Parts: sequence; C-alpha cells; structure tokens
Amino acid sequence: MAAPLTLLLIVAVTIRAALFRSTFAYWIAERVEVVSPLTAWKRVVEGLALLDLGVSPYAGDVFHETPLIIYLFHFLVDYAEITFILADIIVAVAFYYVVKDYNKQVFRKQKFALEADRYPADCHELVRTPKEMYYIPLKAALFYLLNPFSVLSCVAKSTCCLNNAVVSLFILATVKGNMLLSAIFLALATYQSLYPLTLCVGALLYLMQRQFIPVNAYRLSFWWFVAQYAFMYLGSLLVMVALSFFLLGSWDFLPSVYGFILSVPDLTPNVGLFWYFFAEMFEHFRLFFLCVFQINVFVYTVPLAIKLKEHPVFLIFMQLAIISIFKSYPTVGDIALYMAFLPVWILRNVFLVSCVLLMCSALFPVLWHLWINAGSANANFYFAITLVFNIAQMLLVSDYFYAFLRREHHLVHGLYPKKKDGSEATLVLK
Amino acid sequence: MGLLSDPTRRRALISLLTRLNTPICAVCYMAGVAWFMGLAFEPFTLRMHMSENAMGSTMVEERFQAGERALVTAKEFGVQKNKAGGMPVDWLVKAMQDRGLEVFTQSFSRTLPFPDENKERFMVKGTNVYGILRAPRAPRTEALMLTAPCSQGNDNNQAVGMLLVLAQYFRSQVYWAKDIIFLVNEHDLIGMQAWLEGYHHTNITGMEWSPLQGRAGAIQAALSLELSSDVVTSLDIVLEGLNGQLPNLDLVNLFYAFCQKFDVLCTFQGKLQRNDWDSPSGYSHAVQTMMLMVLKQASGHSWGDHGLFLRYQVEAVTIKGINSYRQYKTTTTTVGRLLEGMYRKLNNLLERLHQSFFFYLLPSLSHFVSISYYMPAFGLLAAILLLRALNLWVELSAPPATEDGVANVEQSSSGVLSVVTPLVISHLTGVALYTLPVHFQEMAVEHFPVSETEAVVLTAIAVYTAGLALPHNTHRFVSGEGTEQGWRVLKLVAVLYLAVLLGCTALLNFSLGFILALTLVPVAAGVTPHMPKFPTACVMVVLSPACTLLFSVFAFHELQETPLSFQDTWLLFLSVISQGILDHALYGALVFPLLAMLVYPCWLLFWNILFWK
Repeated sequence: MAAPLTLLLIVAVTIRAALFRSTFAYWIAERVEVVSPLTAWKRVVEGLALLDLGVSPYAGDVFHETPLIIYLFHFLVDYAEITFILADIIVAVAFYYVVKDYNKQVFRKQKFALEADRYPADCHELVRTPKEMYYIPLKAALFYLLNPFSVLSCVAKSTCCLNNAVVSLFILATVKGNMLLSAIFLALATYQSLYPLTLCVGALLYLMQRQFIPVNAYRLSFWWFVAQYAFMYLGSLLVMVALSFFLLGSWDFLPSVYGFILSVPDLTPNVGLFWYFFAEMFEHFRLFFLCVFQINVFVYTVPLAIKLKEHPVFLIFMQLAIISIFKSYPTVGDIALYMAFLPVWILRNVFLVSCVLLMCSALFPVLWHLWINAGSANANFYFAITLVFNIAQMLLVSDYFYAFLRREHHLVHGLYPKKKDGSEATLVLK
Repeated sequence: MGLLSDPTRRRALISLLTRLNTPICAVCYMAGVAWFMGLAFEPFTLRMHMSENAMGSTMVEERFQAGERALVTAKEFGVQKNKAGGMPVDWLVKAMQDRGLEVFTQSFSRTLPFPDENKERFMVKGTNVYGILRAPRAPRTEALMLTAPCSQGNDNNQAVGMLLVLAQYFRSQVYWAKDIIFLVNEHDLIGMQAWLEGYHHTNITGMEWSPLQGRAGAIQAALSLELSSDVVTSLDIVLEGLNGQLPNLDLVNLFYAFCQKFDVLCTFQGKLQRNDWDSPSGYSHAVQTMMLMVLKQASGHSWGDHGLFLRYQVEAVTIKGINSYRQYKTTTTTVGRLLEGMYRKLNNLLERLHQSFFFYLLPSLSHFVSISYYMPAFGLLAAILLLRALNLWVELSAPPATEDGVANVEQSSSGVLSVVTPLVISHLTGVALYTLPVHFQEMAVEHFPVSETEAVVLTAIAVYTAGLALPHNTHRFVSGEGTEQGWRVLKLVAVLYLAVLLGCTALLNFSLGFILALTLVPVAAGVTPHMPKFPTACVMVVLSPACTLLFSVFAFHELQETPLSFQDTWLLFLSVISQGILDHALYGALVFPLLAMLVYPCWLLFWNILFWK
C-alpha cells in the first residue's frame, strides 16, 4: 500500500514543481478564486519586506497573516515552494492515515454488529467489505493531491495550504487518540484562521467515544474530560498568542488578523458570499448583517453535534465543509480540504453536483475577464456564478449528510422499511 | 431539495428524461434554431433608446461649414502621399502644427510571421502621426479620439482631409472639456495596434514601436473614419471588434440619432434600414442583417480600426462613407456636422460609457436584441449536451443498479486509460495544428512549389486531415479491446468538455459559440460506435469545425448578395485561414488558438468514438 502512495506523491510533486516553473504560476497567483487577502503570497512578501525594514508588518493594511507565519517564512522564504509542496504532502499523508484508521474502526464496529446479529437481514449489501474499503485511504490522498483546486492553491503559494496541513494534522492526532497533540493542533488551526474553533466539538466527541466516557452533562467524568481538553487547548492558544506578542512586541496582529477575519473590511471578489452583499449594503446595516453572516459558521455546530453524536469523524467533515462555504474569505484551497473526504462516504447526486462545480470553475475566469478586463459585464455576472458555486457546495454537503443518515437508518431499520399499512415506505429529507 | 431527495419523484424525473431523451434533444435543437431565427422578429426586439443621461438631454447646434476645404485638403494630402510614396509624415506634422495641435510621431516596425497576400506586406515599417488638442476648460484627465487610417493608393484621402479640417475647426471652439486626439495611422490595424500599445504602455503582441512622447488622459470614446469619395450616399457603421467584442450600444445610438437629425442615410452591414417590420420581406431583411452581424462577430476579426480599442475598455466604432451611386447624396459638410455633433455630445460624458448594453445583436439600427433574449437560443442547444450527459451517466451507473440510483463515487478504473489516451493524443494533434503551420513554412516552401502563405494554409489543412487518422493510432496505444463501457465514459467526458467549452465561448463571443454549437451539438449528441461507419463519417466531416468555417464564408457572401462560385469560396476559405493565423499573431485574436487547441481536439474525441473498436 505504501508503493501506490509514494507513486502518487511523486506524481503530485512533479505536477506542482512543473507548474511552479511555468508561466502559469504568476497568473494563478493573481486569481481571486485561489488567493484571498488573508492568504496571498504577495502580501506575505510585503509583510516580510516591512519586517526587514524594522516596521510592523501590519503597518499599511496589506499583510493579514499571523505573526508565526511571517516568522516561519522569515527563515524559509527561499524555500517557499518546497514548504508549500511539503504542506500538501503532509495533508495527503495525514488523510491517508486518518481514513485508514477510521476504516479500521468502521470495520470493527461492523464486525461486532454482525456477530451480535444487530443488522436487519436485508441490508447485508450495505455492509462494507474490506475489499472495497482497501483503496479508500489512497483515494482520499488522491482526491487531495490531484484535485485541481489544491494544485492551484499550492502553485499560487496560498498560505491556505499551511492551514490545511495544520487542520489535517489535528484530525490525524484526534483519530489516533492523542489528546494533547489534538488540542495543540486545534489551537494552532484556530490561531491561524479562527474558524476551526468549531471543530473542537467533533474532536471532543471522538476522544470521549474512544475512552468510553459517556456524553452526559450529569456525569462528572464528562466535565472533567472537557475541562482537561479545554485547558490544553486554551493553554496552547495562550502560548501562541503570547509568543506572537513577544516576537512582534505589539498587539497589532490581533485587529489585523482576527479583526480582519471577523469584520470583513476587504471586499475583493472571491468565491464566497460576503463581498457582494457587503459591497451593496447600506453602511448602517453592516454590523447586523456581519453578525448574521458570521454566525452561519458556528450555528450549525450544536444541531449537527446532536445529530451526529455517534459519528464524530463525519461531524468533522461536515464542519470543514460548512467553514469553507461560510467563512469570510474562502478560497478553492479550503474546498479541496473537505473534498478529500468525499471517497469515504457515498453520495447520490454525483452527476448534478460535479457538473455544476465543473461549469462554475470554468466560468469564474471567463466572467472575471468580461467584468474586469473587457469591461462589458459587471459584478452581478460574477456574483451569480459565485452563488451557483456555493449552492452546488451546499447541495453536495446536504446530500452527503442525507445519504449518510439514510445508510445509518437502513442499518437499523432494514433496507425496505414498511409503512404501518404494509406498503413500501420511502425516506424523504424535509 | 425536495425533488432531489425524494426518491420517487427523482426516479420519475430521471426515467422521463432518459426515456424521452432523443425526442427532447431534437425538440431542443429545433427550438434553439427557431428561437434564434425569431430574434429578428419585431416583438422580440427592443427599441433603441439612449441610456446615457449626459448624452441624451443636451441640444447641440452644429456650425461646421468647411466641407469644401476638407476636400481641398484631401486632394493636397493625396498629392503629398503620392510624392512620398507612402505616408507624408513631414507634411502631416506641419499641417497639424499649423492647425494648432501638439504634434507627435511614433514609428513602428513589425515582421509578419509569413507574408500577407491580401494586403501584400511582410516587413512592415511605418509612422503614426497624431496631434492633441488640449482641452481649454478642464484638467487633462480624459480624452476623445478621431482616427483616420492612411491607406494604400488614393483610398481614404477624404477621411484625412476631414480629420485635419475638423481639428482646425475644433481648435476654434471653446467648450471642449476633454482632450481630443487626432491620429493618422499607417498600415491600418498594425499601426493602430502599435499606437494603442504605446499609449497604454503594454506590449502584448511583441511589436517594436517607439514610445509616445505626448499623452492625453484616459480615452473615453474613439471614432475611426473611412471616407474615400467626395460625396457619400450613405454612412455605414462597423461595430464588430477583435474577438467579437462590441462597443457600448449608446455609441451606436448616438450615431443613429445624428443620422436621423441630418437626414443622412445610414446602413448597417451594408444594408439600408427598412420600416416594414411586419412584412415577410422586412423580416427576412432583418434576419439577413442579424446573420451578417453574427458571422462577422464570430470571425473574431477586427472589422475596422476601432476593433482594437475595445480591449482597452475604450468604446469605439468605425464610420464608413459609402458611395453607391444612389440619387440621394450627402455632402462632406453634412458629414462634418454629424461628427461635430457626436463629439460635442461625447464631450458631455461624465463617466465612461457603461449605461447601455455591451452584449447585443442588431437586426437593424433602430432595434436590438439583448443578451437575455438571445442567450436562451444557445441555452437550448447546450441543454442537449447536458441531457445527453445525463443519459450516458444513467446508462453507466445502471448495471450496479441499487435502488433509486445510489451511485458509488468509485468508477471502473479500467476505463481510465482508454479515456486519457484519446484525450492526450487529440490535444497533441491540436497543439500540432496550432504550431506546425507557421514553424514549418520554410521547409514546405523548399520542398513544394508554393508561396509561404500557401505553405502555411496547406500545412494547416494537412495537419487537420492527418488528425482524422487518429483513431487508428489511438488503438495502437491502448492494448486490448475497447469496451462498451469505455466509449460511454469517453463520450460522457467529451460531451461535458464540449458543454463547458461552448458555454465559455458563448459568453465571450456569443456568435462564435452559437455557430459552433449549431454544428457540433448534433455530432456530440448523436455519435455512437454502432452507427454505419461511412455515412456517419461523411456527416461528421461535413459538421467539423473546418467545414463550419467554409460554410460560414459561403453564407457570408450569400447574405452580402455577392454570391461566389465554389472555386472562389475555396480560395477565400484558404485566405480566411491565413487571415485568422495572422490575426492571432499580429493582434492577439483568439479564434485560431481556440479552434485549433480546444474545439478541434474536442471534435476529434467524437470522431474517435465513431471508430471505437
């Protein structure tokens, strides 16, 4: 199994290295779909230049990455390309092991259930065989490494790749059951882009499940575990923030990074939903709608956590997808991250969703050209396609959710459930 | 969501779409064509109206009187041109200086990739002369522009004369709020391109030019003037620019409004305006005009000097004087007044022209078809591709039929090679079609008794034809038998590829996208390996991109009422190919690379499916 993975890595690295050397690299790095004001490499370079001049990198309102990133590239700026390729490799390898581990658990659970004869008789075809599960880890790695979105993101040197690497390490640490590392990487991911904060619910549920701690608010062991995790998480977050402060000698980065993420002052078009609304909106509604838009990322956490209490890995996937749809400066790199999980579960409307995503990806540059270069179209054209793109993503996510729930339902109630009057029932998502 | 998640309704919808796939596709195709033909029908068109407030409300009193002097100046210019054997640079500089302009020159040179036989040029050297009339009443941040190409022989002398006289007249007016640039460019489009690149500090075509010494503000609008006779019977307006870009409709409105004001006959696509919209002959007239526009736009060629302005976000049109020996004549003074009126109104602009449409088709100058009316015609054609793709998808996912089409993401990996190989090979053929003609001309000239231009065109045709042998080569690469599953996967990929390609093309250049869709969609929808090989192959060749071009050339001349014999059409077809390659090399037109590197390979995929073994 290591050989195909190595081969895949070699292919992926070759593609990225070739693109780095081609003339496309410059063009890709300018695309608004690939880089956001937060993650653009051009801005990191600007920040580095300011840092070298002894000025705060946040002076001038161009650079919005975190201090740790700029100090990382302070040493690695000559090896930037290798760093980004490495980050992608980390994501792929981490996902490979995550999915492998997850599959092992699914299989174990299935075995217990089969031995206990818990599955209804007619749904043995839903039981997953080791043979079909064998290639899923490799597919997950393949979906990330050869996904055009992640390739573009890497070639544009979008720091989104690094965030992805951190998130993937967090998932790996969680799935391996390492509480400390999980908390540290989650803190790092939060420090990087704030939104991964919502992933803590999935991680907690998973770790508790693993240690057989009941999710029950009346039990002391539950609260003790949450406190432990929270302590580790907040402690490492505090260390990172303090480290940033001591490196820079000022608190400039707090408004410049997190204020920038939350208050969305930069309305450069991107694949997200924020820019158009806030460009059109009257100024005095801004705060209200800012809250409405930002709350979207967080508000689904609780209902999803209740519904998916038994399936924390799927919950993490759902959260990643929701973050990438509703975050304030999304790029295609964020989408590539959750797309890596697609082979793990099943989907129904593959055709529809992939057609729409394909069409939108092709139309983004075309409409951008018509709007910005040719001057004949306008922002509405570009936003229309952004909207369609996001609807397709939501369709993808809700479809996954429905298919997953439905499979679980069938595993409990049988593949051909009967209505009370004996006729065949159908399941409808409402 | 309800529709997608409810299995019963979903199944019903899918079974309806797959069972009735062929009839629905046929209906869509016919509806698409019918919709397109209906666009010229009056109820579906919108009446022209001026959207720009700054140009609508002001009255202009034209006082231009110097028509006679323009003709005299034109004669003088003609004499000087003959004496200099080209552009009389010194004379022009002096003439412009005498009229009170700041005068500058720009020299440029360009070697064409191969000789242009239509215009008989290969190594081009020339000079542009331009003068700037500084606005007395405003900061120099905006400019208007009037250009007149200095053509071969005695063509276009009157335009230069008019330009000089207008410059002199405008100099004496006090109300200019924008600088006015008067440009006389040599070697038509090449000179224009050099000047525009110099003005905007870009170099996108690799031409050599000397930097501009004098500049004005951002150009708001430009008119290019072509007059070749002392009296004109009508004025023709040319809109189609590079890559099918069109100027803002308000500029057309402005021209049309002034033509009506001065009772000047105006033509569009060389056709006079008619008022009998509801009669069959009136309708057919409108359809012909619109089809001419579609064909010209689809060519991606810049049909006048104005066409190159559009990519710099400068709205521009070419105004052409036509002398067709009609009774009704317009004097040069009237033309001058018309131009004065247009410039006075453009002078009032507060921001760049953006209020009116950029995407339109014109069945006449008084009516237009907006994007929301014509896009459904294309949408109906594109829907066929999506329906076909859906059908293929259902067929592909049918064998492991779980209830209500639960399809696993995983696909048979055995088919990957049989899909990737044709894709790669056909694209390599496309790249060969794009690069070989220009690179191998020398070798071809050495070995065959042909000129360079012929060599380029014939190489292109040879590569194109050689690509048809592709299926046999592909099968050599792919070991083993192609499966039933295999061609379906390939066709699914090809159909989606074509849908994305045509969709993007139609947004950038509707006419090109629509014409390609007309011929390629039936091929894409219909072809399977089980059809009788020879007749289907003939049909496919007839509907291939090259034949589409041939038909378009033929149709263009039919519509212009200058029918060609087959021999002439063929010769013209060859020259159109060379023109397309030259347009790409000289001005960056994208039709040639699009056809060679994307559309042709896509068509080859379908050709490959027909010969699937």
